[in-house]
Amino acid sequence: MTDTAIRTAAPASWKDYVQLLKPRVMSLVVFTALTGLVAARTPMNPLLAAVAILCVAVGAGASASLNMWYDADIDAKMRRTRARPVPSGKVQAADALGMGVVLGLFSVLLMGLAVGLLPAALLAFTILFYAVVYTIWLKRWTPQNIVIGGAAGALPPVIGWAAATGEVSLNAGLLFLIIFLWTPPHSWALALYTRGDYEAAGVPMMPVAKGPKATRLQILLYSLVFVPVALLPAFTGLGGGLYLAISGAGGAVFLLLAWRLFMSRAGDEPDGVDADLYDVKAASKAARNLFAFSILYLTLLFAALLAEGLLGLAPLELLT
Amino acid sequence: MSDPEHPAAGPGREGPEAAKARSRRNLAIALSLAVFVILVFVVTLTRLGADVATRPL
Repeated sequence: MTDTAIRTAAPASWKDYVQLLKPRVMSLVVFTALTGLVAARTPMNPLLAAVAILCVAVGAGASASLNMWYDADIDAKMRRTRARPVPSGKVQAADALGMGVVLGLFSVLLMGLAVGLLPAALLAFTILFYAVVYTIWLKRWTPQNIVIGGAAGALPPVIGWAAATGEVSLNAGLLFLIIFLWTPPHSWALALYTRGDYEAAGVPMMPVAKGPKATRLQILLYSLVFVPVALLPAFTGLGGGLYLAISGAGGAVFLLLAWRLFMSRAGDEPDGVDADLYDVKAASKAARNLFAFSILYLTLLFAALLAEGLLGLAPLELLT
Repeated sequence: MSDPEHPAAGPGREGPEAAKARSRRNLAIALSLAVFVILVFVVTLTRLGADVATRPL
């Protein structure tokens, strides 16, 4: 971290500490963990289920805080992240570190006490994987950073599943695989039109390290694997008719957008560090379209599983 | 040690705003700890409840 970039400004308010927890990411993590817990279709004490989800939320916040502690130097160089509490000087880096460590310990301890050792171990692994393997090791080292690091984002539904059942099944692994394969096209689509930011910060995202053309091809290839995998829950006794309809129709749109992105020149023109963050060049609109739809698609997939679980709709089991 | 001639100077000093913010942070930490203790208590009761009710007398 550079001393010039990170200074102490006005005293931090509670809102700055909430920002350290990345509340938007936390809400997505809670949503997928809750889906895993409900989709397992195993009766669970409602209080313990609520505590399990709380632990996942606090664990996600701990990961975010540790990430903001370590990445403050590169966050200060990127338009998307320069207003975060540590690079803007509102919160000391050491405070972010302390908050991350304490929240991480508390969330794992409470999960172990309230729910069980397996979900607690999975939560501890997820926090450590995101904070150490992804943030400290992979992010600044390899263009495969978000591919491998995506495992941390894919684990919350498995934690939810393990909290409900005490084990990890094939269908829990399928939930992991869906998010794991979704992450590269989602992240690289964003990186294509914010490449200047990553270049300025020295982060070897795929468009920076291998160029836009190779990235567009990688996005298409990952999409071709991801969309069929997203259909699988309808065949393995996890998803029902609603899920099949959403994954099928949404998957077709996802592939269409990935193809349009592949055929476009998205990312070829540098976006420039001084440009407005969301001022997307016309050629890069295909990348933004896929990025936006990828969020909607994943949300709908998990919302379908959640709704089917809550309403008690029977899964299809097309293969069994 | 404080310097009585320059009460607001020096890197170790904090102004009234910072003191207020620190006080609020301490209160938030205390409340969080209280919530954690209550959660541990309630979770323990919930997990032990059934076993305590059916224990051999």
